[in-house]
Parts: sequence; C-alpha cells; structure tokens
Amino acid sequence: MQLKTFPGGLHPPDNKQWSAHKPIEDCPLPEELVVPLGQHIGAPAVPCVAVGDLVKRGQVIGEAKGFVSVPVHAPTSGEVIAVEDRPHPMGRDLPAVVIRADGEDAWGDLLAPLDIAIAGIDELRQRILSCGIVGMGGATFPAHVKLSPPDEKPIDTLILNGVECEPFLTADHRLMLEESDRILSGIAVLQKILGVRQTFIGIEANKPDAIERLSRACADLPVEVIPLEVKYPQGAEKQLILACVGREVPSGGLPMDVGVVVQNVGTCAAIADAVLRGIPLIERIATISGPALVEAKNLRVRIGTPLRKLVEVCGGTRVEPAKIIMGGPMMGMTQLSLEVPAIRGTSGLLLFTADQVSTRPEGPCIRCGRCVRACPAHILPTTIAAYARLDLFEEAEAYNALDCIECGCCTYSCPAALPLVQSIRYAKNAILAKRRKV
Amino acid sequence: MANQLYLSSSPHFSSGESTDRLMRQVIYALLPAAAVSVYMFGLPALVTLLICTLASIGFEAVCQKLMGRPRTLGDGSAALTGILLALNLPASSPWWMSLIGAFVAIVIAKQIYGGLGCNPFNPALVARVVLLISFPVQMTRWTAPAPLSLSFDSVTSATPLGQAKEAVMLHGALPADLAAGFGDFFLGRMGGSLGEVSALALLLGGLYLIWKKVITWHTPVSYLATVVVFSGIFWLVDGTRYPDPLFHLLTGGLLLGAFFMATDMVTTPVTPRGMLVFGVGCGLLTVLIRLFGGYPEGVSFAILLMNAATPLIDRYTQPKKFGFVLEKA
Amino acid sequence: MIAAVISLGGIGLAAAVALGVAAKKFAVEVDPREAAILEVLSGANCGACGLPGCSAYAKAVVEEGVPANLCSPGGQATIEAIAAIMGVAAEAMVPQVAVVRCQGDNRKAKNKFHYLGLQDCNAAQRIADGPKTCPGGCLGLGSCERVCPFGAIEMTADGIAVISRDKCTGCKKCVAACPRNVIAMTPRPATVHVLCNSHDKGAVVRKYCEVGCIGCQICKKTAPGAYLIEDFLARVVYEQEQDAAPGIEKCPTKCIRDFALGYPEGSSFKAAESRPEPEHAA
Repeated sequence: MQLKTFPGGLHPPDNKQWSAHKPIEDCPLPEELVVPLGQHIGAPAVPCVAVGDLVKRGQVIGEAKGFVSVPVHAPTSGEVIAVEDRPHPMGRDLPAVVIRADGEDAWGDLLAPLDIAIAGIDELRQRILSCGIVGMGGATFPAHVKLSPPDEKPIDTLILNGVECEPFLTADHRLMLEESDRILSGIAVLQKILGVRQTFIGIEANKPDAIERLSRACADLPVEVIPLEVKYPQGAEKQLILACVGREVPSGGLPMDVGVVVQNVGTCAAIADAVLRGIPLIERIATISGPALVEAKNLRVRIGTPLRKLVEVCGGTRVEPAKIIMGGPMMGMTQLSLEVPAIRGTSGLLLFTADQVSTRPEGPCIRCGRCVRACPAHILPTTIAAYARLDLFEEAEAYNALDCIECGCCTYSCPAALPLVQSIRYAKNAILAKRRKV
Repeated sequence: MANQLYLSSSPHFSSGESTDRLMRQVIYALLPAAAVSVYMFGLPALVTLLICTLASIGFEAVCQKLMGRPRTLGDGSAALTGILLALNLPASSPWWMSLIGAFVAIVIAKQIYGGLGCNPFNPALVARVVLLISFPVQMTRWTAPAPLSLSFDSVTSATPLGQAKEAVMLHGALPADLAAGFGDFFLGRMGGSLGEVSALALLLGGLYLIWKKVITWHTPVSYLATVVVFSGIFWLVDGTRYPDPLFHLLTGGLLLGAFFMATDMVTTPVTPRGMLVFGVGCGLLTVLIRLFGGYPEGVSFAILLMNAATPLIDRYTQPKKFGFVLEKA
Repeated sequence: MIAAVISLGGIGLAAAVALGVAAKKFAVEVDPREAAILEVLSGANCGACGLPGCSAYAKAVVEEGVPANLCSPGGQATIEAIAAIMGVAAEAMVPQVAVVRCQGDNRKAKNKFHYLGLQDCNAAQRIADGPKTCPGGCLGLGSCERVCPFGAIEMTADGIAVISRDKCTGCKKCVAACPRNVIAMTPRPATVHVLCNSHDKGAVVRKYCEVGCIGCQICKKTAPGAYLIEDFLARVVYEQEQDAAPGIEKCPTKCIRDFALGYPEGSSFKAAESRPEPEHAA
C-alpha cells in the first residue's frame, strides 16, 4: 500500500536504533534544579516564590502573564535558593527559580481530578492552563491557546502527532509503546474540548510496534492510526495535516483555518495527567543519544535537571563531545555547556563527536536544485538565500521567504555546504522586524 | 571542558553530498564514451582529450591566481569542462585548437563571469561554437573510425548528419542507405566528434548519473522525447526528405547533449518543471536547426540558446508554494 | 537606394516627432531647486540623511522643508550650497566619523565557542549571543564592511573591523548594521578614542581580552578631565580631547589609541604623518 505523505522532504539516516528499544527510565533527582520561568512561546512566567521559601512538588512557582503564557511548577520539594538569571538553553542567561531538592519529593496540594463527563469545556481548558501544558514536540506553544479556536473557525478533526521524524529521537515512540493508555485518556479530553469525533494519530511507518499497539487500543474508538511514509519533516504540522486528511493549510494560516487541531502525543499524555489526576507539567520524556555518549537512553526527566545529570545517568561520555544539541539534529539548538537545565521542550539531548561536525567551507551554489526538490514548503531556498546575503529582503519576501518552516532540508541536501536555512531565517527576521517598525 | 564546543544554527546533519563528488560522478559517467572514442579514433583522440583536460585545469589555476580567487581545482569542474570540450571536438583537431578551446571555455565562458556557479552559458559548448565559427574547416574534418590507430594521418569522412543534410541539399532527398548504419551508429562506428559516436556508451553514462541521483530524468527525457516526436512529425509528412526519429537519436551530439550538457546544473533551470520546459525547448530547436538550419548539427546551439532562457524559465516555473491560495478578488 | 533613404529617414522623422510630442505632453513639473540640490549632493545614495537616496532627500528638502544639514558625506560645503539654493541660513554641522570601539581580534580576545555557519555578525549573534566571550566585542564577520557604501571599512586578517577616517563620511550605516553596538559616531576632530566596548568589571575583562578596558582609572588620573569612567569603561570626553594624549601611554592594556598616529594592528590604512594641530573650540 502506498503510505500517505506530503510532496518534498527527504530521508536522513534516522539513527533511532540506539535508543528505540530502550524502555523509559526514571532519571534520578539532582541536588539542585534550575527551573527557567520562560520555557514556552509567549510571555515568561512571573515568579511567586522568594529565596528561602520551601516548596512542594507541583506547587506553582511562577504565574502566567497574559493569554499566551503558562505557569511554572516546582518539579520536586525543597528550598528556593535563588531567583535569578541562569544559563538557559536559548544560549543566554534568563530568569529562573533555583530549588535545592530535599530528597523527600513530597507532593503539594494538587488540583482535584476532573470528570470529563461532568466538567465544562472552559473548566477543562482552565485546567490545562493551570497545569502549564505546552506543546511537547519542541515548539512549546501553550496548549490551551491551541485548544481555544475562535467561533468562526469550526474544528472537525483532531490529529495527534506521533511522527517523530527527527533522527535519533525515540521519546514519543517509547511513550506510545509503554503508556498508550495516557494518550487515549488525553484523546478523550481533547475530543470533549474541541467537540470533535474524527481523530487521527499520524505515525511514521518506521515504528510498526507503536502503530500496532495504538491501532489495537483504538479499535473500538473513533480514532484512526495512520501509518505515514518515513520522510522528514513528516511531523511538521502543516505537512502532517496534508498527509493525514489531504487539506492544505493556507500560506500564512493556521491549522484551525482548515478545521484541524494538531497536538503532539506527549502533550496529549500530559493533558490527561492534568485533567484526570491534577498533575502539572513537571517532567517529560527525553531521548539522550549521540555517538559521544556511552549508552543511549530514554529518560523521564524532571524539568530543571541539569543536562550534565542526564549524561551521567547514561554512563557519561565516551569521548569529549564536540557539539551538544538540545532537540533533534535537524531543528535542535546547540548548547554552550551541559550546565543548562532540561526544559519542557527538551525532546532530546544529543552529544556529537568531532566526526559529526561538518566544518567543510561553503562553496559557490552550482544551482543543482537539490534544495528546491527537498523543500516541503515548495519555495526556492537557494534564490532566497542569495537575496538574503545581499540584504535584498523585499526580493526575498517576493520569493516567499516567510513560508519557510525552517526544517533544514535545504541545508542538509546542499552539496556546496551553504547555510541556506540560516540565510533564509536571517531574511525572515529582517522582514518581520521591518513589518513591526511600519 | 578542554575543547571548545561547536555551535551553529540548525540543521546539524548533512547529506554529505558535495560539489566535488557530483563533478567526479559526471567524469566517471563520461569515461565509457571517452574510452570508445580512444578505441575508435586511436592516439589522436587520446591526445585531444589530454590537451583539453590539462589545459582547462591549467587555465583555471592561472585565472584564479591572477584574479585572487581561492584555488578550487579540487572540485573537478575544470577537468570536467575539459573532457566535455574534447568530446565535442573532432579527433583530428590540431593541438592549438584544443588549447584555444580550453582558453575560451575556462577564461572567457567561466572565470570572467565569476567562476563556478556564475556562468550563464555552458563553457564547453561556448568553446565548441567559437571554434566551429572560427575554424570551420578543422572543426568539420571528421576522421573515419580506425580502431586503435596510432597514426595521425587518418581518412576523413562526413558525419551521418552531414551526409544526410548534403544529400537533401543537393538531391532533395535523403541517401537511400541511411537506415543501414543504425547498428554502427549505436556502437560508435561513424564519423563525428569524440564523444558523440557511441550511443551505447553515452546511454550507459547517462543512466549511471540518473541511478546515482546526480541528475534527474526530467531534462534528458523531455529533450529526447521532444526530438523523437517533433522529428517524427516531419518524417511522417515526408520520409524522403526528413530522416526518421531513430536516426536523429543515434547520430550527432544529441545523447551527449541530453545527458551531459543540458543537465549541466549551473546553466539550466533548478525547478523540475523548469527542467522539462528546458528539455522541450532544446528538442524543438535541435530538430529545427538540423532540418532547416545552415549547420547539420544543432545540439550545441539549441542548448546555448536555452541557457540564455534559463533565468526566465526559472522565474516562471517556480513551484506552487505550500498552502498557496488565490487571492480573493 | 533612394527608397531605402526615404523609408529610413521617414521612420526617423516620425519617431522624432512622436518623441517630441511625448516630451511636451507628458513632461513632469520639477521644481528647479530640486534639480539644483541634487546637483550638489554627493550622489552616493547612502541614506545617511534617513531618506532613500539623494533624489528623495532633494525632493524632501524642497517639498517638505526637511533640514538642509542632513547630508553627512557632503559635509559643510554641501550644507551651505543647499542652504543657498533654499535661501535659508546654513546650520553648522559637526562632521562625524565612525569608530570601531574594539581591538580584541582573534589573537587577543577569547571566544566562548566555535561558530559554524553564515559568516555574518547578525546571524552569529543569534547563536548564544555570538561566539566572542566579550559581550561588546567585534565579532569580525564583516556585516559593517558589507553595508559601507564608501568602502571605508576593512576586516583585518585576525578578524576585527577597522574604519578609515579618510573614507568615512559619517553616514551611520555601519552603526545600524552592527548587532553589538561596537561602532560609535564621534566628532571628526577627535582622534583619541578608547577602543573597548565592554562594561564588565576589570577582572572579568582580563579573563577574555588582552586589550580590553579594565576600568582602572589610570587614564582619568593621568589626564584629568579628558576621560570619564562609566560602568567600568573609560571614554574620552571629546570636548577635552586635546588633553587626552598622556593617558594613552599609561593605559595598562593599551586600549586607548590616537588615530592620528596609527591604525590598529593588521590594518592597511595609513595614518597622517603627525598629529594635526587640534582645533581648539572656544
């Protein structure tokens, strides 16, 4: 059977064999946790604890500020020893609450579980906000915002993103295998909030065990598991919608414009915990992998755990890492050190050796067209990048620079080693900055 | 941490594809055709190949030195241009003609425009056309195949395309024995420039490039299909004046052009649709020039003319962007 | 022959008549002052005036009453010429020149990581705030060099931008292009500058840069009135710049430079032979 997919994209070696078969392990608590107040897209949370305060696991330590914002919770019990700027995965020092764990790991007062048969939709949404749920695929967009579509955009379809198309990462894969009941509970909550019955779970065909497991679990439910072609970026929201339901989100539009809401499977599981058990988002599953590591693992990590701890749990490093990447190799962010904490968007931690770091100097574009063929947004990366280099941003915009989803397929495929997506990003920033000014 | 970490913008993964590797693959793909030419025309062919290649590399090195550009001989593009140029010349080319050709290709057609990636026209073809116009006698003195010959005094013969054109011009009809030579054409036993004699060798090289994903099928298929269809129409109208499509396919530089020149990445469109348009344009022009033009062969001119149209084609064949919706009036 | 002459001549005549009619009929009214101003402007279209190009500025001066003293490349002569055309009094403009306030090239200042990717300062700055450890140091990837319309900026082999005082017209394009605010506009007569842009404490600066200002106050003590220390960073008080010279010699990290005596190491620009007589302002 022809698997569903989208036009464009490519298939980098997936490197999932290192961790795909490893069951999820609990990462031990570190002595000190650094919980950044900004771990999501939108306004950072405002701290509501002071140095010296004793906090319990799950207690709110930072309050949401504005609609596009979420609160932050204490990942364990202990004492607040600092509220100050600390190194953040974004690459600079940003406000954080530092907690010295007391080792008790005692829960604070949790919100009461809700019965979705009785609870109102607004109550459910409010709960998702109170528990600080954000998109766990890596984008960390507040979930309650996505679940509050305006009335003029009726939603008829829910799609769960279990694609995990980034190489190396297997966290969602293990979640689907080991904790499918959490995902199913989450689906029920999401269906109730959105008032939809039609639900799809998109999974790449390289995870047959997860496809089989979820298909069996969903046999009696209005939920269909769709195996998708193994291709990057199959998990990009708009590409996933096109593959699953054949609808193309308009350029510059949102999934809700075509009646769809997409949530990552990890987000869905976190929503189930929040609504049915009152547990806020204080931990996540992350894949720790990469050739510089002794052993790859899938860990359940408390938010705020320093990356160094995760590496220690995996047996330390085999060789000195040359590149530390938070997230996947295609869209992840390089890190300055292992002293930064894991945050809500930390889907993975990859340690690369010098062998994986390409220092090949860039050459001239030979117009081979590989980037054009690989681009899932169907734009001309090399043309836009060339304009960006000359600071000709109006021309770059005319060539649809703003439609770039920054998946990195162009740079990946470029034989001249040109930093195409970085150039396009540069142009996008300049175009958006100019728009804000006008 | 003892060593300093590398930080960069995503992605942190690369396909490992490189310009050098692409150029090398094309050179490998040309080896069968080059080998057949050496077998068919002997030592003179080898000499022409060597002079063109070495001179191209030399001119590239000198140019980059004089212009203060980084030395990029390692990328193989100069060597490739030299081989392609040699394959576009007759075996009997005098050494100075090969030198002039290499000079025109590298200095005039490539480096002056800014080097690799900046030239609007295929350098080897520019050189061939310049030589054809400047030295028509030497450029059309084709050697008859003489396998493994070591001699430089060879028998001359016309190319099949030339014979056909001459016959039509003089007698108003094609020679009667045209179809008899198809087996020879396919293997390469005919007069012509080094690289255009063996359809088999060129086909092998072309398929290798498609298999290795160095080129895509778009340009060669649309080019060859257009030639077959367009020349087929003329053949059906008057089979005595116009040769059949198979003759067009197997003779002259069509296969060399379709697989190796019209697929030159720098001078042809980047979009798949653009490549199709480019191929069709080349096909139409080639047949028109072969049947009605002053020269018996039209592949070089066709490709160069389409090279000039490449920016325009790219502009009008941009892919439909994801989520494209027509603006509501 | 005659037919050819007649037909060609006829075509020419018809075209000439058509052009003449068109020129009269579609003529655009232009204020003659606008053309006159355009004539005296530098023609560099650099945008220093804040308008897109010289003709836009000329138009703005005539039609919108934009001040006459905005063309920094043209200098005082241009201002007077424009003022004369417009019939207004010429306002004095202190000519300015851009200075790169950093000497921490790749040999003298440390980086916190190896940067790979687009060789552009603004792109590099987005990766963990740029590779140079010093938060105010020149990244050396040449964004300013690329925007300079006058070719006044060069990057040294060790990666630091240097601005030629002869070629710089004070258009400020480089100031806008620099993501770290390393380049400052300074009054042209002042040739002594503190070439450091780090507000970190001395002990911190010493860790990452050999030639950074450590805020030690020695310059201020040596040449009273000529220097100010703000947030651990010295700067020259340009009104008292003529007294600044003694501080140069005493600076322990050699981060004060008199451009009249020479450009930073690695630059191909040549300074004037001797320090010009300072123009003492009243």
